Amino acid sequence: MSIWIDIGALDDLPLRGSRCVQTPTGKIGVFRTADHRVFAIRNECPHKGGPLTEGIVHGHSVTCPLHNWVISLETGEAQGADKGAVETIPVRVEGTRVLILRSAIGARVAA
Amino acid sequence: MTERLVIIGNGMAPGRMLDHLFEAAPAAYDVTIFNAEPRVNYDRIMLSPVLSGEKSFQDIVIHDDAWYASHGITLHRGHRIVGIDRKARTVTSDQGVTAVYDRLVIATGSNPFMIPVPGKDLPGVLAYRDLDDVEKMLEASQKGGRAVVIGGGLLGLEAAAGLKLRGMEVTVLHVMPTLMERQLDPAAGYLLEQELKRRGIHVITKANTKAILGEDRVRAVELADGTLIPASLVVMAVGIRPNVQVARDAGLEVARGIVTTDGMQTSDPAIFALGECAEVGGQVYGLVAPLYEQARVLAAHLTGDTTPRFVHQDTPTKLKVTGIDLYSLGDFAEGDDREEIVLRDASAGVYKRIVLKDDRIIGTVLYGETADGAWFNDLKKKATDVSEIRDTLIFGQAFQAGQGGTPTDPLAAVAALSDDAEICGCNGVCKGKITGAIRAKGLTDLDGVRAHTKASASCGTCTGLVEKVLKLELGDRYNPAAVQPMCPCTTHGHDEVRRLIVAKGLKTIPAVMQELEWTTSCGCAKCRPALNYYLVCDWPSEYADDYQSRFINERVHANIQKDGTYSVVPRMWGGMTSSSELRAIADVVDKFAIPAVKVTGGQRIDMLGIRKEDLPAVWADLGRAGFVSGQAYAKGLRTVKTCVGNTWCRFGTQDSTGLGIRLEKFMWGSWTPAKLKLAVSGCPRNCAEATCKDIGVICVDSGFEIHFAGAAGLDIKGTEVLGHAATEDEALEIVVALTQMYREQARYLERVYKWTKRIGVPEIKRQIMEDLPRRKAFFDRFVFSQRFAQVDPWSERVSGKDKHEFKPMAVVGYQEAAQ
Repeated sequence: MSIWIDIGALDDLPLRGSRCVQTPTGKIGVFRTADHRVFAIRNECPHKGGPLTEGIVHGHSVTCPLHNWVISLETGEAQGADKGAVETIPVRVEGTRVLILRSAIGARVAA
Repeated sequence: MTERLVIIGNGMAPGRMLDHLFEAAPAAYDVTIFNAEPRVNYDRIMLSPVLSGEKSFQDIVIHDDAWYASHGITLHRGHRIVGIDRKARTVTSDQGVTAVYDRLVIATGSNPFMIPVPGKDLPGVLAYRDLDDVEKMLEASQKGGRAVVIGGGLLGLEAAAGLKLRGMEVTVLHVMPTLMERQLDPAAGYLLEQELKRRGIHVITKANTKAILGEDRVRAVELADGTLIPASLVVMAVGIRPNVQVARDAGLEVARGIVTTDGMQTSDPAIFALGECAEVGGQVYGLVAPLYEQARVLAAHLTGDTTPRFVHQDTPTKLKVTGIDLYSLGDFAEGDDREEIVLRDASAGVYKRIVLKDDRIIGTVLYGETADGAWFNDLKKKATDVSEIRDTLIFGQAFQAGQGGTPTDPLAAVAALSDDAEICGCNGVCKGKITGAIRAKGLTDLDGVRAHTKASASCGTCTGLVEKVLKLELGDRYNPAAVQPMCPCTTHGHDEVRRLIVAKGLKTIPAVMQELEWTTSCGCAKCRPALNYYLVCDWPSEYADDYQSRFINERVHANIQKDGTYSVVPRMWGGMTSSSELRAIADVVDKFAIPAVKVTGGQRIDMLGIRKEDLPAVWADLGRAGFVSGQAYAKGLRTVKTCVGNTWCRFGTQDSTGLGIRLEKFMWGSWTPAKLKLAVSGCPRNCAEATCKDIGVICVDSGFEIHFAGAAGLDIKGTEVLGHAATEDEALEIVVALTQMYREQARYLERVYKWTKRIGVPEIKRQIMEDLPRRKAFFDRFVFSQRFAQVDPWSERVSGKDKHEFKPMAVVGYQEAAQ
């Protein structure tokens, strides 16, 4: 059975913005887009490891603050001519709370 | 034997259910209804027209007294059920009436949610739910005065429009940045807000209600930012909650609503739930269409036909305010696997957006022209493959019928226009005048047409048409690519966007995107920071800086480094410092174990490798020592380098340090298109290296030489001489006026030297050195703008602003994460 971890209130996430969550397997970026959807990905750009939570959020993408790679929040893949991908983390909103899938953050412990 | 059916609630859903039931099996049940409201079943959706005066209560009655009588229904009006005894199969009302049931339907609807703020129980504070509320609103509106509606969703806006029509001054408070954000994307929300404002309704978004004030009656509403809005009536329309109390007390399974199967049966097989109080498949519903569908399903089950099942369908949303056309359906979020088609016609106030996935419509938002809503809904429901008609889909059904599905050639459409067809509405220019000018003057581009005919020179929305006329006249000789668009979201170049922001008075990013017909719904990382700067520059007192459109360095007021840590540079005015400042910096470096300290090229001290979480504490310590942010990260004034001047130097001619400090104190905090670095040298030996700066001052015996447009980065370039100033005051005025001209005219990320190269040194000299009233006007606008810009971002954040930026949202420990 899948277990979800409560990471905070939806209101803690700024619109067209993001926050990061620290886990034993590294940081996760949680994003809220203009259309009120919430996404979570590993907070490391596939290019040089830039902190994606610090980027500008537009549409369902974020632009990395270090070298302007554009990363899809849905697939984790780099857009345009750049190649690479970051792991996506299952996230869901229940009422006013945001939850992430526990097995997704523990995966690297097992491996 | 006739079974006994008891219904708790007398709203639209049970009313519709009974219509179906009596049609299928007129004599199957003996029906008893308990209604907490003292009246018959009426059309609750039409309360807004009753409020606005377009309908009366009699017009909206669904079932009159005769209907209840003819079906032998016992209706207990004004009875609230206080208990269900599931063993005995009875219900009991607050007035002591008990009824026995074989089947029970709970249709208790929902309760309005009242925000738990002080004063919410004062007389004059209402919900918007039933006829009683409407009657109280009408009573209040007869006295005139001011109303505040809390909640910018469907109900709130309908209440606001109704109260306005009844003659009240109305203010709508909405906690989100745009209205009806659940049904509308930001672009359509913006149009709606404009229309409401045009009707004289005040709208305040991002409004957090702190308290409702008054002694024996409501007097005003107070917002979290301290704003007071006087009000004799407050309507709260912030949402509804399923009314599940009686079901919960009876021990039925309740989640958000009363949990039912897709046959509307609760956890007790003899009890059903229906309407807003029911939760089917994890969803609760508030719009009438799905509730009527539930009524149809339940009626069938009560007659023994258990085949119909409730299936979720997206329901379109419409706003019932006369004259506002708005339609929203399905899922209109963006996504990589989705395509969007956007049509904006700014002059007609039309916005349409269709979201496609795998060539099928999954959502749509229409504003201003909603006639095709039903057609789009139909295509969506049937999951029709629209790839064949994709190019013209957004023009609607009539277009397809007229064209047989063949896309038209837009150029041919312009060619077919007669010579007297109007192209530019703003300036009344017809096609013949443009073609005439092109031929007579030998024009080859848009600027030429604008200069000679004024077509497309005002609002610019006809630019596409004018370009097609050019193309038809000139054929391949017309090269439209002369203007580089700002980014792929628009066809406009930077200059065009800046001109239109001022000409059309556009004061928010959604306003710019709507009026200038952006092709994406919320821009990209290229255009958003540029638009944010243009708006900050052009409307300093009005525009609310959008932090989500700023690059990280300007958002957290430090410079991001390659490992994700930050560097911090405090301001040292004119490069001067002192033992106490140096001691404070040394203490901060020790306390936070800052790994590197470096002197910068701009005569400042840089502390590198600071963790983001530590930034507010670092600033707090620096702030106590008197430091403010050095803004070493900003597209704004960076540093003013100085030499020691005639205070110490045997060659110094003026107080260059003093002038540098004065300039920096005058100009700090200002945002500019790109970074702006200054220097003041005390003599032509130029120890402060002023002749490779954006703006430099060289002191001489007779005064001050003002230089500009130098570069010492990607390009190396010595400065140009702008002119001579006799006094320090005059030098300051010239430097400041030049900065303001650059702020108003340059493109985002364009350094002074590139801007100068583009428009020419003589033009800048003309505006700053020859046209003195203009120079004074530039200076005054800069001074005005500084009133809003000179806020130390560090002390703001030490006192708590944006504190979410510096803390993780959550920390998940090993224990919690362990499988």
